[in-house]
Amino acid sequence: MKATKWIASLVLGASLAGGAAVAVAQEQVIPSMVYRTGPYAPSGIPVADGFVDYVNLMNERDGGLNGVKLRVEECETQYNTERGVECYERLKALGGTIFSPYSTGITYALIDRAPTDKSVIFSMGYGRASATVGNIFPWVFTAPATYWGGASAGIQYIAKELGGKDKMKGKKVAYVYIDIAYGKEPIPVFQNYAEELGFKLELVPVPAPGLEQKSIWLQIRQMRPDYVYLQGWGAMNAVSLKEAAAVGFPREKMLGIWWSSQDSDVQAAGPAAKGYKGLSFHGASKDLQVLKDMKKFLVDKGKASQNGKHFGEIGYLRGAANAMFTIEALRAAQEKHGKGKVMNGEQSRDGFEAINLTDASIDKLGLKGFLQPLKLACDNHLGDGKILVVQWQGDQWKPVSDWILPENQKLWPLYLRDAETYAREKNIASRTCVKS
Amino acid sequence: MFYRESGQYKTSYRADQAIFTIPQDRVFFALLMLAAFVGIPLVATNYIYTALLIPFLCLALAALGLNILTGYCGQLSLGTSAFMGVGAVAAWNLATRVPDLNILVVFALAGLVTAAVGMFFGLPSLRIKGFYLAVATLAAQFFLPWLFVKISWFTNHAASGVITAPQLTLFGWSIDTPMEKYLFALGVVTLLALAAKNLVRSNPGRQWMAIRDMDIAAEIIGIRPVVAKLTAFAVSSFFIGIAGALYLFVYLGSAEPDGFTITMSFQVLFMIIIGGLGSILGSFLGAFFILLVPIFLTRVPPMLGFDLSTALVSHLEFMVFGALIVIFLIVEPHGLARLWQITKEKLRIWPFPY
Repeated sequence: MKATKWIASLVLGASLAGGAAVAVAQEQVIPSMVYRTGPYAPSGIPVADGFVDYVNLMNERDGGLNGVKLRVEECETQYNTERGVECYERLKALGGTIFSPYSTGITYALIDRAPTDKSVIFSMGYGRASATVGNIFPWVFTAPATYWGGASAGIQYIAKELGGKDKMKGKKVAYVYIDIAYGKEPIPVFQNYAEELGFKLELVPVPAPGLEQKSIWLQIRQMRPDYVYLQGWGAMNAVSLKEAAAVGFPREKMLGIWWSSQDSDVQAAGPAAKGYKGLSFHGASKDLQVLKDMKKFLVDKGKASQNGKHFGEIGYLRGAANAMFTIEALRAAQEKHGKGKVMNGEQSRDGFEAINLTDASIDKLGLKGFLQPLKLACDNHLGDGKILVVQWQGDQWKPVSDWILPENQKLWPLYLRDAETYAREKNIASRTCVKS
Repeated sequence: MFYRESGQYKTSYRADQAIFTIPQDRVFFALLMLAAFVGIPLVATNYIYTALLIPFLCLALAALGLNILTGYCGQLSLGTSAFMGVGAVAAWNLATRVPDLNILVVFALAGLVTAAVGMFFGLPSLRIKGFYLAVATLAAQFFLPWLFVKISWFTNHAASGVITAPQLTLFGWSIDTPMEKYLFALGVVTLLALAAKNLVRSNPGRQWMAIRDMDIAAEIIGIRPVVAKLTAFAVSSFFIGIAGALYLFVYLGSAEPDGFTITMSFQVLFMIIIGGLGSILGSFLGAFFILLVPIFLTRVPPMLGFDLSTALVSHLEFMVFGALIVIFLIVEPHGLARLWQITKEKLRIWPFPY
């Protein structure tokens, strides 16, 4: 006998979900999967705040999107895959069409569900790199950057600092990563580069959660790498920075992927983080028109999330960028399928594929200098997103490079190969795309 | 009043050995099965299937497996999640490398592989007991995910080490909608639960319980601890392996071996502690409590009309859930299954309690 309780709650749950599914007219639900609690909350909170604030700015300043009110529905994933799947289903029932899971594990679980559910999975700078191939992953978008692109930009930056790609020969780069899927993603790209440019690649896996790295950094000291590329997660990053300081490895020679160079990471490391460099697929400047608008319409009126506690942090900007892409996709979708209407999953997808951010439109969004032009297409869900190197000054991030375009011509064969493996394993056909 | 056995005579051994000796129980169980197989598919939404029921079934099966080992045989294990990982990886490798294999065969073989691995990690139980054994099984939790990461053959050299389950087909029936997936999982779990119920009522089950209650006494009456303990590990791991395969194939669709973390092992252990050690029903109740009650709690404040921030709802969930665990353990340390049993006993003598 498996408990009447169970049934009773199911019936209750059914009525709940049924009640929630009633769509509200002329309101576009913008799902926001967040992790404001749990072990990774420090990096999750600014992103969540930035996301909701940007959407609310659209409502407050522009009265929604062509008259359609935007309603953020948040759901707490605790960075846990099961909870993430639950959130996705819950938000989908509320009418959500575009989902940004903010976790590699959840993204992978949702990639499988997206085609049947007709939901857009927008994994901005994380998730499965090969989902860039729109023919095989019609519902997943990786714009504006993948970890592979990050690795490519990182190597290009290092080469430039050394004085050219030919100077990379005989040098040593240590790739310090957390030993989970997220950390392992870019290894093939590094290996290709090491072979091509003739530098020595040292793979340094750090067992998750990476809170104890003493022996690892002693090992790195013995290796004497010229550069360290860091792809850590959560509390691991600050530990890496502190240990690097302890063994005397110059932080200027450390380059972190975007999730390893957020304010929470460097603040936790304190003075040890000064000089540390991070990659970013958006600018770090706080001097943006959109931030001024946010201050005026939200922060000053007390409408900002958590009263603007994390306003302007790099994670906050990232959350805002995510919301911006989501809304621009919806805007493009409305251009195509009718202004002032609520978009469904398929229409949202069309919108994403029609994203075309030019200098003029970026300027108009109040994001001048924050983003580079980006154009997506049916077969290209990544676009030519560019990457910036920023350095921690002790109180803020400052750009120290030009915008670097990842060497996509080298990465695409890898994307295609991985996507084809996926297609073969899953037995799915490649979608033909009309060349634009 | 309605629930009592007076006047019901068992006139054959068959009747005496039935799982449910009282007709009321049989009717209740039949109704429950009817509700699960027919009623739920009539009313449930995709949300209920994919977010609640399917993970519930997968983890209930894992809890059932652990309950055989810990609840019935008294061997504490913290390697559940790693064994689920073994089941998932084994099933994935079988299904992708031998694509024509029937999915049920794949699951059964994955279960057997896990059983073998489980027996191997169960060897220390012949020497050590209790908390020390729990720590020894931790070795599985660290070693197995490491192995899957280290030897990339297990994940077919995928760059990120993530495995993606192929399409499920059973005798030409392609299982792709949430409802079909639910029915498939339900079928598997029902069959295995029935098998477990019968197993614990028969010779091996009684041997396990004898070992659990006092191993020296069991040995004296002629039970071989080696056989009893290792069969418990094997059967338990078999169930857990299939739970892992379901978790990958039916629930998540893709997983990384590292995702089978110690947190999940603890979760399953808490399920059987809260649900009731040494009870098949307890495994299901525990899975319900640990998995679904927190989700339910996050829905309560919006349902009551409170517009709280996501973080606050989440913190409230932690607090209320923690309090609930404490309350249930104080009210009935033997778990929810015991509460259910007490209810039945009270019903039996109602309205004239003595």
